[in-house]
Amino acid sequence: MYPKDLRYSSEHEWAKVEQGRVRVGVTKFAADKMSDVVFVELPQVGAAVTFMQPFGVIESVKAVSDIYAPVSGKVVEVNTALGDTPEVVNSDPYGKGWIVVIEPQDLEELEKLMTADQYLKVIGEGK
Amino acid sequence: MAVERLKRTSLYSRHVRHGARLVEFGGWEMPVQYAGIVEEHRAVRTAAGLFDVSHMGEVEIEGPGALDSVQRLITNDAARLGAGAGLYTAMCLPTGGIVDDLTVFRLGEQRFLFVVNASTTDKDFAWIREHTRHAVARNRSPEFGLLALQGPKAPAILSRLTRADLSGLRYFHILDGVEVAGVRGCFISRTGYTGEDGFEVGCPWDAAPRAWDALLETGGPDGLVPVGLGARDTLRLEAAYMLYGNDIDETTTPLEAPLSWTVKLDKGEFIGRDVLLRQKQEGVRRKLAGFEMLERAIPRHGYALVANAATIGRVTSGTFGPWVEKGIGLGYIPPEQVRPGTAIGVEIRGRPARAAVVKLPFYKRSA
Repeated sequence: MYPKDLRYSSEHEWAKVEQGRVRVGVTKFAADKMSDVVFVELPQVGAAVTFMQPFGVIESVKAVSDIYAPVSGKVVEVNTALGDTPEVVNSDPYGKGWIVVIEPQDLEELEKLMTADQYLKVIGEGK
Repeated sequence: MAVERLKRTSLYSRHVRHGARLVEFGGWEMPVQYAGIVEEHRAVRTAAGLFDVSHMGEVEIEGPGALDSVQRLITNDAARLGAGAGLYTAMCLPTGGIVDDLTVFRLGEQRFLFVVNASTTDKDFAWIREHTRHAVARNRSPEFGLLALQGPKAPAILSRLTRADLSGLRYFHILDGVEVAGVRGCFISRTGYTGEDGFEVGCPWDAAPRAWDALLETGGPDGLVPVGLGARDTLRLEAAYMLYGNDIDETTTPLEAPLSWTVKLDKGEFIGRDVLLRQKQEGVRRKLAGFEMLERAIPRHGYALVANAATIGRVTSGTFGPWVEKGIGLGYIPPEQVRPGTAIGVEIRGRPARAAVVKLPFYKRSA
């Protein structure tokens, strides 16, 4: 449920390094908590994002949640498929439910994020 | 700081067992969802859903002055009710502001039952008692558990558990003193808050789990599932039923809300009549309108409604409608703008999203 190769933010985003770029989504914990995602407001490709500042919005039936950037940089890809199938954020948060890919200014910034074990403790599922 | 313990219904252990997510609502710890809002919402529209609404209040008025007291308290006309008939009504302050919206059933010549909102039960009971003459008002809320069985399969499911004549039970009518799932002393009304056919079943507080289990067991094969307050809210909003505290309250009148049909100005004196009569003659300054989004956006409670760069009102209720599959909402706006088709904007994160005023309800079941 919380892959070891990802880094996790305190706002429940995950970050995955892929050839120097960072793929970003929200964790299973966040997806379950929001439930029934019906709309994802994505940034434009090229938009600048700042570490732990909101860059997008997820709307579920009941609630609005900001999505925070787990790393500073520039948005190079957005998951446009979420326009038609926002529910994949719930069903496949680490796969089809990815949100953006960021070209990071400094990959070292990811060191400020949590490991899977640390994150599990934050959400109360740690040992 | 005093910590007030949340109240629980007699079905609390059932909610936990069903894996419900529990939230505070009006002082009660209630299930907001079990399987998920969208799934539960669809189950009610296509099959059936079972709701624990035991947190709602029941007040009985009995005595020679019962009818006169009821007539004084409510805006609708209870004189036309025969035994076993009910109505939906507002109960107003002298200012015309709404104390609560409720259903009133006539159980007998001199006996009436009010079913009121959970969060307003204590306030309502105090108000009702204060204005009851030559009759006794009793708060029977702790005695009754209340289940809502809603959806097209509801009549088939309930008929397996009672000998009461459900096919003869018309909309907004009640059967009192019936047996359901072996539980005696129940009442069944053909009412609800979802826009579907269905029933509300009152039973002795401690017997509610027995009725709940029996309903889920017999209704399971029909697609009956437990439904939480989350889907209850999306269902009622699609059906354009008012939520007290959001769409109506003590600062709004039934004529501003789409509840004019519950105000019977010619039935005789009642609390709030003078103000409502004047408001009717002079016209209201705002009306509660329904609107739907013309783009992918979801209106939420408190968002500004705009037209020509000016704020014209606020969203009182808004959601994504799981059945109508679009953003829908309610809000008070100037009467000039309530005509269906009028273009308005909803201010969402600093940008006006396009919406259009529509005729209510957003959803109406096919007959």
